[in-house]
Amino acid sequence: MVVKSAYMARKAGTRDKSELKNSGFTPEEEIQAYSDMLLIRRFEEKAGQLYGMGFIGGFCHLYIGQEAVVVGLQMAQEEGDQVITSYRDHGHMLASGMDPKGVMAELTGRRGGYSKGKGGSMHMFSREKQFFGGHGIVGAQVPLGAGLAFADKYKNNGRVSFTYFGDGAANQGQVYETFNMASIWKLPVVFVIENNRYAMGTAAPRSTAMADQLGARGGAFGIPFEQVDGMDVHAVKEAGDRAVEHCRTGEGPYILEMMTYRYRGHSMSDPAKYRAKEEVQKMREEHDPIEQVKARIIKGNIASEDDLKKIDAEIRVIVTEAAEFAQGDPEPDVSELWTDIYVTA
Amino acid sequence: MPNILMPALSPTMEEGKIAKWLKKVGDPVKSGDVIAEIETDKATMEVEAVDEGPLTAILIPEGTENVKVNTPIAVIGEADALSPPALRATSPVKGEEKSGAPPLSSPLAGEVASRSGAGGGPTPTDPEIPAGTEMVSMTVREAIREAMVEEMRRDKDVFLMGEEVGQYQGAYKISQGMLDEFGPERVVDTPITEHGFTGIAVGAAFGGLRPIVEFMTFNFAMQAMDHIINSAAKTLYMSGGQMGCPIVFRGPNGAAARVAAQHSQDYAAWYAQIPGLKVVMPYSAADAKGLMKAAIRDPNPVIFLENEILYGKSFEVPKLDDWVVPIGKARVARAGKDVTIVAFGIGMTYALAAAEKLAAEGIEAEVIDLRTIRPMDIATVVESVKKTNRCVAVEEGFPQFSVTSEIAAQVMTHAFDWLDAPVARVAGKDVPMPYAANLEKLALPNADEVVAAAKGVLYV
Ligand SMILES: Cc1ncc(C[n+]2csc(CCOP(=O)(O)OP(=O)(O)O)c2C)c(N)n1
Ligand SMILES: [Mg+2]
Repeated sequence: MVVKSAYMARKAGTRDKSELKNSGFTPEEEIQAYSDMLLIRRFEEKAGQLYGMGFIGGFCHLYIGQEAVVVGLQMAQEEGDQVITSYRDHGHMLASGMDPKGVMAELTGRRGGYSKGKGGSMHMFSREKQFFGGHGIVGAQVPLGAGLAFADKYKNNGRVSFTYFGDGAANQGQVYETFNMASIWKLPVVFVIENNRYAMGTAAPRSTAMADQLGARGGAFGIPFEQVDGMDVHAVKEAGDRAVEHCRTGEGPYILEMMTYRYRGHSMSDPAKYRAKEEVQKMREEHDPIEQVKARIIKGNIASEDDLKKIDAEIRVIVTEAAEFAQGDPEPDVSELWTDIYVTA
Repeated sequence: MPNILMPALSPTMEEGKIAKWLKKVGDPVKSGDVIAEIETDKATMEVEAVDEGPLTAILIPEGTENVKVNTPIAVIGEADALSPPALRATSPVKGEEKSGAPPLSSPLAGEVASRSGAGGGPTPTDPEIPAGTEMVSMTVREAIREAMVEEMRRDKDVFLMGEEVGQYQGAYKISQGMLDEFGPERVVDTPITEHGFTGIAVGAAFGGLRPIVEFMTFNFAMQAMDHIINSAAKTLYMSGGQMGCPIVFRGPNGAAARVAAQHSQDYAAWYAQIPGLKVVMPYSAADAKGLMKAAIRDPNPVIFLENEILYGKSFEVPKLDDWVVPIGKARVARAGKDVTIVAFGIGMTYALAAAEKLAAEGIEAEVIDLRTIRPMDIATVVESVKKTNRCVAVEEGFPQFSVTSEIAAQVMTHAFDWLDAPVARVAGKDVPMPYAANLEKLALPNADEVVAAAKGVLYV
């Protein structure tokens, strides 16, 4: 069969939504999930490399290991649904269909970046792709995401807001203020808790009561919740379908607690001394989201090793081009220092 | 065939030592394999390969020191690589997230160094240090830690709480080793819940303890603003003097490097506006230590504003059993007769560098380090202005409704007849902090702006 990466397919606008409603993946969906996850992984590896070379400054939080969460949920979304998340946002942007060049150029602080170089890794947005950031303050995106859903409901536009946050963010009080309001007002918001078991150097049980039951906290507000194997893109997508169905039929919010894992340190300068190397190794070997799909593809004769290598090569080209663009693009014009502070009529 | 380059393993790393090669020439290397250990100034870190293929050559043998970032250190893989040389670091160093100067190869090179650069110049002896006192060199980081440790040894009611202060040893390593000495009852790791733990700390202070609350950075204290102001600052007044709140809120404040608008704000003016709070913002390690001890002993809520770029900078600190610097007293950091430059915190780096440049042109600037923002020692400033008749005020924060606008107003009120020119101000630009390296540099004040302002008030 002809293998075409999902990234290219999406750019060409060929995705057929009705197909995605089936449980279990079609061969095309398997390939799509594989390519979308691989794009994120390769992009993040490249970002790590550019950080090491001094092209990216400040904080840079990689998404490696968690790819199945955004990719699976993206497959459950429809055009027009909104996404909002924390500073660990590169994967969400790529999954939303944002251009890797624009994302990478923002990481290097260049004029072709999504925020013209003024936001950086943690603060990037695309209204066109309904991606609402990129937020540096832990937990702040949770009420903001519910606000997007408030607007959706107000406008009765049938859209759903996907509001992502971490296990650490789950301890911020504003999360529960938001749960309460989302519930009483039946806001169409899917709260996605990316429980990667660490908040910086703190293992979740050290800071969090019932640390593996974060979704259940929504139960007190009458919000339905599910715990999902966030390393398995099938499970993610299926749970996403249920959540979306609930929201779109006007039933109010839904919580998905994604059990996932980040392979790298919290940010580029975290030595990750707080966890055993074996723990990371075990996750990579036994639960890697990309390897899981790859194994299914090979086993189901959907594509050959060679086909998959071709996809990898194609993705590497996309990522290399993004990196080249991000290194060669000029810094913003100095006049940009004074723009975008107020909207001028 | 792709070269593996010496990676920058922290934003401040410029060179390092190849401690160990974990692969030999000819060994197959898979993506994710640890291929070498590299020592930086701060930590030993593992380097993982991104590219796959045999290790074709090792260009720099193990044991080599001072290998510059971006030097090729090995060659990997077959000739056809779709992606260029790749390396990644799994570790670096200090805090949460670092910051500080990026490697020399980046467009920001030299920027941070100049912002934290030594002030130099003749320093009048600080009257608070007895003659003959031995001085020891220490970083601001060590000074703050020593002050907390000494006070916690002295007073069992003092405890430290905040995110990552214990097991992780502090996001910026200020509290390194303190969990070991004082245990988890007194070095308390909190969840990420600033509003909640600040409320608990204020309650503990009402209950008779003396909490030190570390904010990972002051940007996150905005989540806790209600308790800092409505609970900590106002309750004494509202209770007719019954309910004091002896508490220190501390942490890095202001711009670090390339962390953009939500992580770069200077809050000096915000807190300094509030009656009931004291606000301290030291520059040197000696002041950091002495003022921290004073802050912990103070019966009022004290906002103690630190700076990440200053953490690693060394200063002479008097070796005294109990070095306490009084809150509310400015220091003449450099004597001069032509113009008064008032600064505080990292603003002192621009002020001192500017004084040095002005001296080269025969202009003698007197530099005053405010040290405390509230209560402000305006008397020391006025005394200086009466001598120089000209004043430049410097800060890194936003320019409107700022600390320097307060200084200008106070100097006008108290020294109007002595001024030969309007007070000039140098501050951060009136924009959210941009991420791009070139724009960030423009957004921050620098020594040349201070020089220009000084010349402006001297009409030269
Ligand atoms: C209000 C606030 N407090 C502290 C921080 C510093 N900080 C940045 S990320 C982080 C950990 C968050 O962990 P989690 O929510 O689990 O997300 P993850 O990084 O695992 O994706 C902390 C403490 C911040 N950015 N904002
Ligand atoms: Mg987490």
